[in-house]
Amino acid sequence: MIDTLVIPLLKIVIVLNATLVSVTYMVLLERKVIAWAQSRLGPMRVGPYGILQPVADAVKLMIKEDITPVRADRWVFTIAPIISMVPALIVYAVIPFGPEVKLFGRQVTLYITDINVGLLYIVSVASVGVYGIILAGYASNSKYPLLASLRASAQLISYEVAVTLTLVSVIMMAGSLSMVSIVRAQQSSHMWYAFVQPLAFLIFFIGGLAETNRAPFDLPEAEQELTGGFHTEYSGMRFALFFLAEYANMIVVSSVATTLFLGGWLRPFPNVAFLSFLDFIPSWTWFLVKSFVFLYIFIWVRATLPRYRYDQLMRLGWKVLIPLAIANLVVTGIIKVMLL
Amino acid sequence: MLSSYIPIAIFVAVATGFALFTLVFTSLIHPSKYNKVKLEPYECGIEPLSDARDRYSIRYYLVAMLFVIFDVETVFMFPWAVIFDKLLLFGLIEMLVFIFILVVGYYYAWQKGALEWV
Repeated sequence: MIDTLVIPLLKIVIVLNATLVSVTYMVLLERKVIAWAQSRLGPMRVGPYGILQPVADAVKLMIKEDITPVRADRWVFTIAPIISMVPALIVYAVIPFGPEVKLFGRQVTLYITDINVGLLYIVSVASVGVYGIILAGYASNSKYPLLASLRASAQLISYEVAVTLTLVSVIMMAGSLSMVSIVRAQQSSHMWYAFVQPLAFLIFFIGGLAETNRAPFDLPEAEQELTGGFHTEYSGMRFALFFLAEYANMIVVSSVATTLFLGGWLRPFPNVAFLSFLDFIPSWTWFLVKSFVFLYIFIWVRATLPRYRYDQLMRLGWKVLIPLAIANLVVTGIIKVMLL
Repeated sequence: MLSSYIPIAIFVAVATGFALFTLVFTSLIHPSKYNKVKLEPYECGIEPLSDARDRYSIRYYLVAMLFVIFDVETVFMFPWAVIFDKLLLFGLIEMLVFIFILVVGYYYAWQKGALEWV
């Protein structure tokens, strides 16, 4: 009873809260980093150096008026943000933040669950989020959101193919779909998969940028053409849910990249006994540090690169990344057969 | 075996509950002073003349079709990749034939201009 219900529930509540807090502070970090990149100060008014800005934002979004346009499809308009947010959160169920640890005299695993089809679960659940975007554009019955949702979904599914193909080559290396086993396989093969599969890592990173609609692939919300993107008609809490889903997806992409390519919770050089003094740092710290580096690069890329044109985006996805991913898969297979 | 899916079911319930709770809770505290202009769909200040659900480019449909074809083929590779260590040469040759057929279809789509976005 305690092991099947209470402990998972506790972990879920902790993960959910950690996600919500990190999403709100992610927004502040993004504003600050972009401000520094442009020689500005960023938010400075709310609290010292603006660190209370996320709290103010949350309160503001909660007490804002929530408008449903007259021509909109009422029910779908309300359900769309929920469909968009729930998949973005439940992906955390299989992400391993660390191995087993002893806590209050009880063996506790630092992941919510470890299913044997973990990676397949992530791929399939993350794809459900696109329904939220399509339904939001359709239900708004307004021109900009409709165009933006078509763009967003076409972009998402184009890069989905390349990303899924790179995951196949990672699975070939690890021989398992369970996220925990993939990390352990990296430990036993003495290599982070970012070094074994550099091309897969690069394609995954580019695809991750595109799938979370981040710059330089932020066409679905290109302000100059489409005003606000697919959530133009949204306001108040329903808008906040979309916002949350978007940033939660960013954190998901960086957590998955950390797990698959950067050794998850493992410390640098996990098999070198000489560096074992690093073991006093808890394993989940390594996971968080690696994910944070990823999130920082996401923001850095946004501050640096200009936006792609839509036909360039499609060409990159279909004509460059997919052939590269297939070639990577074939080469991985041939090398693996030759080595064994 | 199935018990490892229980936490996922709990997570779905908690996440949906959180979303519904925030929507209901904020609907109690936010102001609601509506008027006709405020409820109009946004169109840069112009009154919308027609329904927004108009005809759109056929390209989006084509991309969706291609996605279905390629993504289903990728899903076929997942179980193959998991037991690749046991299949080795046999599995590699089988999958090379499969990928060859996939690449022929991809080449055909490329030549037909299905991947162009004009």
